[in-house]
Amino acid sequence: MEIGLNHYLVVSALLFTLGLFGVISRKHAIMVLMGLELILNAANINFVAFAKYGGMNMDGQLAAVFVIILAAAEAAVALAILLKIFHHFRHVNIDEVNQMKE
Amino acid sequence: MMNELSNFSGELLQSLSLFWPETTLVITFLITLFADLLSRHKNRLAGYITLAGLIVTGLLLLSQQGVAQTTFSGLLTVDPFSFFMRVTILLSAILVVLFSFSSKELVEGPFRLGEYYMLITGLVFGMFLLSGASNLIFIYLSIEVMSISSYILSGYTKHSKRASEASMKYVIYGAVSSGIMVYGMTMMFGLTGTLNLNEIGMALQTKPVQTMPLLLANLMILVGFSYKISAVPFHYWTPDVYEGAPITVTALLSVASKAAGFAVILRYFHSALTNGGELWQVIGQIDWHFVISVLAVLTMTVGNLVALWQNNMKRMLAYSSIAHAGYLLMAVAVLNNTGMAAVLIYFFIYMLMNLGAFYIVQLVADKTGSEDMEDYVGLGYRSPLIGVALTLFLVSLTGLPPTAGFIGKLYVFTAVVKAGYVWLAIIGVLNSVVSLYYYVRVVRNMYLRDVESQGEKIVFSRPVLTLVLLLAIPTLILGLYFGPLADWASASMAFVTGH
Repeated sequence: MEIGLNHYLVVSALLFTLGLFGVISRKHAIMVLMGLELILNAANINFVAFAKYGGMNMDGQLAAVFVIILAAAEAAVALAILLKIFHHFRHVNIDEVNQMKE
Repeated sequence: MMNELSNFSGELLQSLSLFWPETTLVITFLITLFADLLSRHKNRLAGYITLAGLIVTGLLLLSQQGVAQTTFSGLLTVDPFSFFMRVTILLSAILVVLFSFSSKELVEGPFRLGEYYMLITGLVFGMFLLSGASNLIFIYLSIEVMSISSYILSGYTKHSKRASEASMKYVIYGAVSSGIMVYGMTMMFGLTGTLNLNEIGMALQTKPVQTMPLLLANLMILVGFSYKISAVPFHYWTPDVYEGAPITVTALLSVASKAAGFAVILRYFHSALTNGGELWQVIGQIDWHFVISVLAVLTMTVGNLVALWQNNMKRMLAYSSIAHAGYLLMAVAVLNNTGMAAVLIYFFIYMLMNLGAFYIVQLVADKTGSEDMEDYVGLGYRSPLIGVALTLFLVSLTGLPPTAGFIGKLYVFTAVVKAGYVWLAIIGVLNSVVSLYYYVRVVRNMYLRDVESQGEKIVFSRPVLTLVLLLAIPTLILGLYFGPLADWASASMAFVTGH
């Protein structure tokens, strides 16, 4: 069986769904960030797959590189912020960080 | 080959010559960094450098009036529309830097302020890019540049629990929504084979794609944009971030960040999903008017209704800013040039009145140590000028004449009714009526409650009062004499399409 565009798209759709599920269901902030990485990697797979199989130019590959870089930057900032949260609250459970109320 | 190369470098040089305002911002960023490292003066220097840098940026920006060109091989567009947005963003950034000079929580905090001003410059840089971005990846890049700066800024007073919580909520919600957005962008890339907005528009016109994937892809992209403008249901971060972040940062986020968000929404819909012209004709089967109208109705209704129950000024203004995003979305929903002009006019006015309101909340919080609405009792007598100015800003936010807010709303509602969306306009007017309650509640606290038990007078310094007047007087004048602003906005309608 030849591996084609659709296979990649199915994998990326699965990754995206798993990532989104992780973001929604997990309480621990680190797990949420991991879910987020899955979402971004799903996007990367899409970009590269479209660039390779869709008969398109290098834009897709380049875009994937951009997404990787920005994901790293964002993760760094997010982890620094979570470190601060840990200093204040001694945990990083998103649901329980709730100083400000409605 | 050689020819191609020299063509490319020629275009690059030409693009760079139109990139001066942004370049100045980067230079300011670096100078602030080094000055902060080298100087012993704790706080002031970085602020002055940033202020000077922003003013130079403004002067360079003014030289771009009327320019309409795509630069960097279609990545960034310099056109009258992005000019208008960048002027609004820059003005609000300059005002916020001025606010920061007198902000107690910043100046007296146990930290250096060099990074604070640097990040503000970075934020403005991101917003400048976003207001001209015409390529999907470039949009993502600019959104991230501004988001990353604003995540850190909102938690800048890091000894405060509230601020840390605010920045955590901001980063988690923000990262997820931009992740979803970028996935939607990959789908658009797959459907059309290009990342350039104008080429996407052309591709959609020449070879129609299936409706379902197109709808899904654009809804996902809209998630990212809606998050930036805090439209319901992607607004959950707004109240907490606005309440927890330093007030100056809140003010900047509520105005400039939203301006950039609306800029990208308008450009995206204009270039990619409609075929342009005076009346933008939507490409394909999807009724984008309806989708955005629903978003607008949800946003203003939720914003206004929840604002009714708030007792914290910052939180109330957060919900009010959600409601204002709803009014603006109403003008976006008509998707034509009148609507767009209304957005621009409204934004300029919104900048003045909203920054004014936030500034006064900052001043009062610095003097009384409280953002609670109850502590505004008798303020009108304790500090007459501040009381009058806050009343003016709140009346303007409600949209009553003779203030500028009325003119903004007038243009928005006219655009909506002209395009035949009377039901939408009616919901908008009803919402404005609701908003009257929570704005006037503050005014009532200031003037009509417990007048006997009024506290001692609060005295503000002269520069502070000047700044308040600088915001209050235009808010009043633009309510009576708005011709030039309206002309400027309608002259800013020219998007650059094509290559």
